Amino acid sequence: MKTTEIVIFTLLFLVVSGMGFLAARWRRPGDLATLDEWGLGGRSFGSWITWFLIGGDLYTAYTFVAVPALIFGAGAMGFYAVPYTVVVYPMVMLVLVRLWSVSHVHNLVTPADFVRVRFGSPTLALLVAITGIVATMPYIALQLVGIEAVLKTMGLTGDLPLIIAFAILAAYTYQSGLRAPALIAFVKDSLIYLVILVAIIYIPAKLGGWDAIFGSAKEKFDTAGTGGITLNANNQLQYVTLAFGSALALFLYPHSVTGILASRNRNVIKRNMSALPAYSLLLGLIALLGYMAIAAGVTPIGKDSNTIVPQLFDKVFPDWFAGVAFAAVGIGALVPAAIMSIAAANLFARNIYREYFNRNATAAQEATASKIASLAVKVGAVLCILLIDPQFSIDLQLIGGVIILQTLPSVGLGLYTRWFHRGGLIAGWAAGMAAGMLLLYNIANPATNHDHFGGSAFPLSQLGFDTKITVYAGFLALIVNLVVAVLGTFVARALKSADGPDGTRAEDYFADQGDPRVHELETTAPAS
Amino acid sequence: MTTPRADRGRNPDRSPLNWLLLLPIAIPLIPPLFNADEPRLFGIPMFYWLQLAFIILGVTSTTLVYRATRRGR
Repeated sequence: MKTTEIVIFTLLFLVVSGMGFLAARWRRPGDLATLDEWGLGGRSFGSWITWFLIGGDLYTAYTFVAVPALIFGAGAMGFYAVPYTVVVYPMVMLVLVRLWSVSHVHNLVTPADFVRVRFGSPTLALLVAITGIVATMPYIALQLVGIEAVLKTMGLTGDLPLIIAFAILAAYTYQSGLRAPALIAFVKDSLIYLVILVAIIYIPAKLGGWDAIFGSAKEKFDTAGTGGITLNANNQLQYVTLAFGSALALFLYPHSVTGILASRNRNVIKRNMSALPAYSLLLGLIALLGYMAIAAGVTPIGKDSNTIVPQLFDKVFPDWFAGVAFAAVGIGALVPAAIMSIAAANLFARNIYREYFNRNATAAQEATASKIASLAVKVGAVLCILLIDPQFSIDLQLIGGVIILQTLPSVGLGLYTRWFHRGGLIAGWAAGMAAGMLLLYNIANPATNHDHFGGSAFPLSQLGFDTKITVYAGFLALIVNLVVAVLGTFVARALKSADGPDGTRAEDYFADQGDPRVHELETTAPAS
Repeated sequence: MTTPRADRGRNPDRSPLNWLLLLPIAIPLIPPLFNADEPRLFGIPMFYWLQLAFIILGVTSTTLVYRATRRGR
């Protein structure tokens, strides 16, 4: 047990929990019992709050432990997170403002809501909603892996600390909704920026400079015969397709959409597209911690490579600062876990409960359904980690990235074109899912003793090509999806199959705050 | 701040500067540009410092597009 570290960790954790409960009063709404207020924070967040919220949402604790762990194990390949998060913002900038506008005109809360209005197909909307929930669940579970890695390093074993942490999180999310993670994100991100700035200056100085760090990393990979500090001829395509595919997938995740829809107007979103890369820089620096761990001779606890970063902090930092660093990771898990559970709960409330169980649900009933669903989602995540091998969640999250990509034609392309037929989109979704599963099933990973679902790098040799080149499985599945969606649309048109009505108009995609077409929420707090 | 009726059907996001967004999308996805050890910067291989530098490219492009298409307040 490491008393100093535990005391500081617990103190910071309690402060943040208190903030979570008080958040219900922050920017006080007239009535918290609506999805707009509970699930989207009143749709009123300005640039700063949005920056902290989306930053805290996308750059999760799991990312902060898993990316350096990947670099530690495989080297350059793990750095894909940087091009991924550079490419994503210019790519989605003009798309997200369209989503924001149409969502405000039609009072949409989830990506599945949009599909429902755009393609007039409850079935397609249900598929998108289920895909979103399934992709998000393991992601929430992985946040627990982040907390667990820290607790393990502090010598806290057993399930109880983890359960307590998540119970507190569940309670204040239930009470305060999206306001809780929005407020906590300030603390979380300030702590993480502080820790990383210190780490990036202090640790290299202690280890004899960057030359020494990269020197020992190179030596390790040369000895091991795998990995390396630059890419080789066979994994460059994987690097590029993984970065590009992940970038395409990022804003299809329901929790990313939640962050976007919670912002006040289009300018806030556009401005954030140039401000959020600050987090990418942070992530890039964090990734390099993996090399520092190699140079410092850090070893993971057991076989859990996710403990690399906590172990490094524990080894090089004085106890009190290690406590701060652990709190940063621990709190870093709470923000995304809260937003993800809210996003998944909103999908349930809007696209399953309201669509199939209670058509005439009032705003309050809808919010209650969502609040209860958010609890259920968190209990599910805890059980996933405690009862099943955490590796299962890691595998599931890998699958999650591949399957969420399959909503791109209906959600992403749907924002630009109504050309696709709903039948074609459903067929494309099914084909993409099947292809994705088949590809992942056929990826083995001898290092983790997996015959199937061993990673996302699909060897093209499996398709009969005489090469060692690998490609991101999600990318291939998306191509299958698109081809089938296009063919399916032609077939549906040829058969004169009925298409769903489009509930949106061209100008809906440009509406902004203050526009008469945009519903002003009566309960919205005045813009601060 | 009400949108003038004349705005209907016109795309307020349209700007020739939007093409700039293609640069930070394409360049980080071309490994031959950055997949090298030398030259190093402060001992950090080019593979790492150059990809981190692409962040500046991304920020510059998105900032210019934001400024060109933001709505007056």
